[in-house]
Amino acid sequence: MPDPMRIRATEQPDGVDVRVLMSHEMETGQRRDSAGAIVPAWFIQTVVVSYAGKPVLNAEWGPAVAKNPYLQFKFKGGKKGEKISITWVDNRGETRTDEATIG
Amino acid sequence: MKMHRGRIAAAALFLGCAAASAYAQGSATDEIARYRAMLADGNPAELVVARGEELWKTRRGAKNVSLEQCDFGLGAGVLKGAYAQMPRYFADADQVMDFESRLVWCMVNLQGMDRAAVTKNPYSGAGQRQTDLEALTAYGVEMSRGIPVNVPQSHPKERAAYDRGRYAFYMRGGPYDFSCATCHGVTGQRIRLQDLPNIAGNKPDADRAFTTWPAYRVSQGALRTMQWRLNDCFRQQRFPDLVFLSPTSVDLITFLGVNANGAKMDAPAIKR
Amino acid sequence: MKKQALWTALGLTVVAGCATYVAPTKEESTQAIKSSFNARGIAKLDRLDQTEIQAICSDAQRTGKEVPKAEREALEKKVLATIRYPADGKYLGDFKSGERIAQSGVGMQWSDSDKTVNGGNCYACHQLAPQEISHGNIGPTLLGYGKKRGYGEPVVRYTWGKIWNTHAFNLCSQMPRYGDAGILTEAQIKDVMALLLDPNSPVNK
Repeated sequence: MPDPMRIRATEQPDGVDVRVLMSHEMETGQRRDSAGAIVPAWFIQTVVVSYAGKPVLNAEWGPAVAKNPYLQFKFKGGKKGEKISITWVDNRGETRTDEATIG
Repeated sequence: MKMHRGRIAAAALFLGCAAASAYAQGSATDEIARYRAMLADGNPAELVVARGEELWKTRRGAKNVSLEQCDFGLGAGVLKGAYAQMPRYFADADQVMDFESRLVWCMVNLQGMDRAAVTKNPYSGAGQRQTDLEALTAYGVEMSRGIPVNVPQSHPKERAAYDRGRYAFYMRGGPYDFSCATCHGVTGQRIRLQDLPNIAGNKPDADRAFTTWPAYRVSQGALRTMQWRLNDCFRQQRFPDLVFLSPTSVDLITFLGVNANGAKMDAPAIKR
Repeated sequence: MKKQALWTALGLTVVAGCATYVAPTKEESTQAIKSSFNARGIAKLDRLDQTEIQAICSDAQRTGKEVPKAEREALEKKVLATIRYPADGKYLGDFKSGERIAQSGVGMQWSDSDKTVNGGNCYACHQLAPQEISHGNIGPTLLGYGKKRGYGEPVVRYTWGKIWNTHAFNLCSQMPRYGDAGILTEAQIKDVMALLLDPNSPVNK
């Protein structure tokens, strides 16, 4: 089971500010280990953030995103006390979903 | 990468690449400062702290207990502020212990774990998951965030640790003739573009050096503890391998801690 | 009043006497250090045995008491006599190779192997070629080294000696003994010499 995300969502005058820290190796697939073999690519491919059952952000990521990715964005229409849900899926098919309450 | 605009007002994606520049000296260090400020929000150390907290509260070891009753000098079960007042003398062990030593002590004596097994590989390697010790230490220091350093010097063994630590700090050795003081005993020094704090003679430098470890090291993608930091210094000084939790490691941490007394802990921090 | 003060003073003396702290001896401190390291890879425990100059300079920096002038000069003279100059009388090698040696910071760590080609890591502490902005300030700038000093034999011999064993000229210098400690080979030092003293080196342009 992958490690949980750390999510902070706060209602601001111009929308809900979401900051999420994801725990993931984000291996590019271009590094070599000490024996000279390629370290296989292992990275988050899709991220979906949902509010009230609807997606507010869809992202398709690649190997350029750094280890332990930090994502920050704003969306309009969210209310304090309501929940957002964030799901990522990586190239191995592993997935993680976490929720947070908007503060 | 594709991002659907939808209801998003603004999106910012942090890529974690250092800004390479061909500027003159001054603006190169300014750019590094800007990079560090960007990194400070969303410190991946938070992920390690979260795991450490979970491990802390889990029943483990032969005795199947959690670490919650460990005594770090403020009483059994008191973790808040504990890291900030260590290293310190413990009567039950009759020795001065830093945080990592006492943590292992509790894992062995409270939880019934095997000391050799616990201390075998304290540091994670490249691309490896953080070790339990790193996660637990991260959680431990997080519980002292904002609390002033208060490393005691009331017991004779605490004073002896400081004095031995000071001696070790100035001891030049190895084929390069380096001591800790070679890099860290003069104000205003810089190795390549890395500023070197004067830990012995400059209070603000000494404060910052102690209060910002453990830290998430971006260049390694891992959280590193003070025990690790000392080991890695000695490696680069061309010394042999500093043993985990050794007397000299505790003596040096005592020296560093006392020199930072009064400054507020600010760890886990984030570093290059 | 006087009697009161006397009794108070005696009382304080008794209390102070019970809490006398004895600092660790040099031997105790040294022993603690030696027991705290393991040999690993190419880094053996003999690295913890201090040389005469390491011990003298550690004491000086720790106590803040400079080495007395006469003692310092005598030791520097002793070191000067140990410098090995190149047998073929040629001091300068290839400055491009010298630049690579100045840039490389590996060698002699327990994480290196005995096959690792040691670098000089000069840029850790010194400015050299103007194009390299990522340099330290622990040592003086070497920009324009040859241009400023000229290329005569005394300068060349002094520079060789400085790199071979800096303690011949500055007893407690923090710079490593590149020749004396076997960090760089004679050929490598010639290349570093060229970086400093070849008129065509970027350092002198």
